[in-house]
Amino acid sequence: MIPLSRFKEGERGVIIKIQGRGAFRKRLQEMGFIRGTEVFVEKYAPLRDPVELIVKGYHVSLRVEEAAQVLMERQGQEAA
Amino acid sequence: MTKETITVALAGNPNSGKTTIFNHITGTRQHVGNWPGVTVEKKEGLIQHNGHRLRVVDLPGTYSLTAYSLEEIVARRFLVEEKPDVVVDIVDASNLERNLYLATQLIELGVKLILALNMADVAEARGHEIDSGKLGTLLGVPVVFTVGTKNQGIKELLDKVVAVAEDRDTVSRHIHIAYGHELEKEIKKIQDVIWQDPSIGRRYSTRWLAVKLLENDGAVKEGVGALGGIGSRILAQADAGRARLTQLYQDDTEMVLTDQRYGFIGGALKEVLRVSAASKFDLSRQIDLVLTNRLLGFPIFIFFIWAMFQLTFTLGAYPMAWLDAGVGWLGGVVAKVLPAGVFRDLVVDGVIAGVGSVIIFLPNILLLFFCIALFEDTGYLARAAFIMDRVMHLIGLHGKSFIPMLMGFGCNAPAIMAARTLESERDRILTILINPLMSCSARLPVYVLLAGTFFGASAGNVIFSIYALGIALAIAMGKLFRLTLFRGESAPFVLELPPYRVPTLKSLLIHMWDRSAIFLRKMGGVILVGSMVVWFLGAFPRQPVAPVVEPVARSQTAPVTPDPAELSSAGPRSRHDKEAPERERLRLERSYLGRLGRVIQPIFAPLGFDWQTSVAVLSGFVAKEIVVSTLGVLYAAGSEGNDENEALRGALRASGMTPLAAYALMAFVLTYVPCLATVGAIRRETNSWKWTAFSIAYTLTLAWVVAFVIFQGGRLIGLA
Repeated sequence: MIPLSRFKEGERGVIIKIQGRGAFRKRLQEMGFIRGTEVFVEKYAPLRDPVELIVKGYHVSLRVEEAAQVLMERQGQEAA
Repeated sequence: MTKETITVALAGNPNSGKTTIFNHITGTRQHVGNWPGVTVEKKEGLIQHNGHRLRVVDLPGTYSLTAYSLEEIVARRFLVEEKPDVVVDIVDASNLERNLYLATQLIELGVKLILALNMADVAEARGHEIDSGKLGTLLGVPVVFTVGTKNQGIKELLDKVVAVAEDRDTVSRHIHIAYGHELEKEIKKIQDVIWQDPSIGRRYSTRWLAVKLLENDGAVKEGVGALGGIGSRILAQADAGRARLTQLYQDDTEMVLTDQRYGFIGGALKEVLRVSAASKFDLSRQIDLVLTNRLLGFPIFIFFIWAMFQLTFTLGAYPMAWLDAGVGWLGGVVAKVLPAGVFRDLVVDGVIAGVGSVIIFLPNILLLFFCIALFEDTGYLARAAFIMDRVMHLIGLHGKSFIPMLMGFGCNAPAIMAARTLESERDRILTILINPLMSCSARLPVYVLLAGTFFGASAGNVIFSIYALGIALAIAMGKLFRLTLFRGESAPFVLELPPYRVPTLKSLLIHMWDRSAIFLRKMGGVILVGSMVVWFLGAFPRQPVAPVVEPVARSQTAPVTPDPAELSSAGPRSRHDKEAPERERLRLERSYLGRLGRVIQPIFAPLGFDWQTSVAVLSGFVAKEIVVSTLGVLYAAGSEGNDENEALRGALRASGMTPLAAYALMAFVLTYVPCLATVGAIRRETNSWKWTAFSIAYTLTLAWVVAFVIFQGGRLIGLA
């Protein structure tokens, strides 16, 4: 399991587990961050924080410290 | 045909195009207000459709109904307590999976639901083929396709609303989202306890209550707890169930339920959604690669903000000048029409001058809100927040706070209103509280006068240092408030970056007008009262001024070329005759404002202010430009000089004010309450007198402390 914050641009993976407080986990889950869901790292902001992701076909951004709470399993790398 | 009004609530995710649909349904017949007790905007409209009266209420855009954010609490309270006849869930058809999550919660709530698959054209262009009939059957909810931006499907939607309200729709039926054996068992057990008191079941869906209790929902638990004996039995059953499920799944029950809902959605989508791999080209994504590019992102962002400023303040300066002239003309006309006396002075010097000083900002406000609407509706605002969040987070603010903070350099009143784009109330109030520390353009004339008088060639640097001081204070206060008043962890950032869209002119104009109208209506009231009070303090008591001063004034060599405007407006109390300045100075000195200045002068003495400066600072409550004109009245009278400004500068230098005291005064002007309009905006946007009073109190205290430190500290190290 690798934290999502360690992923580079263009990498993808599958969510294994979400850590952190209840409200935060709940919010992420409602936005579609469910176990087994694929996440694609679209890009990091110019100052390297936050990070833009594609989940369930839409774009969403998390702060890097939040992305660190999402534990992932890495999948094959692709160019967008 | 029933003549009763059908209440329709529009629910939906942010960025689902809900507002556009609402605007199409209600047109200009909409009313904007606030939800009771909170600052969330409430919009509703009353319309006629085929002989039915529809009251359409736009709920805040939410991703869910969990009652974590204020918007969710408001939306849920309306659905549960006011029980609208029909709920329309506006769904972004091109982003079906996440959008349907809210639908599952609405289904669970047991409301009469209609699904509007909006942006049907976008979904189609992306190769998404949706079997709406099957989706409707699976969810037990009638489905209508709409394209909000092109006004398509609205009529069908309204037809459906009436049909569902009258129970004529054949698709509508109540379904249960199946949560699997273990969860269902616990839901059933809780429902059984609830049914021991049948009156509960008549008011709420027992299944919804049971599910919410398993989710450990605070609001529902509180409500059930208030029921007394039966309430505590229900809660005990729910606690037992939750404990067993947590043990079983090794996870919080609410997480398991969310998992299950997405599982349900996934299952449904497998049957109704077909995605052809046709067009892989995503224009929005390509645009974003440029606009949030690592190297280009910031320059482009800065350019947009620069362009917004130019448009607002440079282009806006023209209509502003026209309005200013118009206000002046109106004042002149009214002065001629009304008989001389207290009433005329009240109308001309109090009402027209005071309200006029705010009205002239209207062009700025319109243009500014047009730009913001453009940023918001195209989707760029979310990108601006994405780019700026790292910087703003340092002060404990959200990326979206950047625009209000920046706009504060122009004018704090609209800037505070721009804080509406922030979703979390904490972020919003914090942004509003520190916004006045961004030095607005109205304070510039004060700096220019003082720095120009006392610092000569280095005036530019001195003024710059005042702006920098404002930013430093904002950062410090932001940190301080975060650590004291807004303690605890900040709300999760989790920001959706919606696809770029071409906005419709109609929605841009409605957006712009909504906010500007609020400015006019509400601030008109505050300003009106405030200017009358200040006028009164400055104009009374009205004892005639002793003629002793006349010889002094007469001794001045006056150029005898009165301009026609002065002649035409010359009345019994004309301010344009030559002895007027001296008379005006004496009058002001003896007025309540002047007396007040003398009374409060001891408070300001440690800052190096004399009584004239104290009065000027007092009058600056209305607007900062007035500080200059008050100083002008109090100091400049009787002094020699070709132009008014030069005279004032000379008088200031002669008054014994030191550069250090001048700098302390500038710092004070920077920090304390910007103007009445800003106070009005704070009151309006926080919807709380408490926060308004706090804002006034803290800026005054801070201003005093800062000026004190500068003046006394400077003296200690021998600067003056």
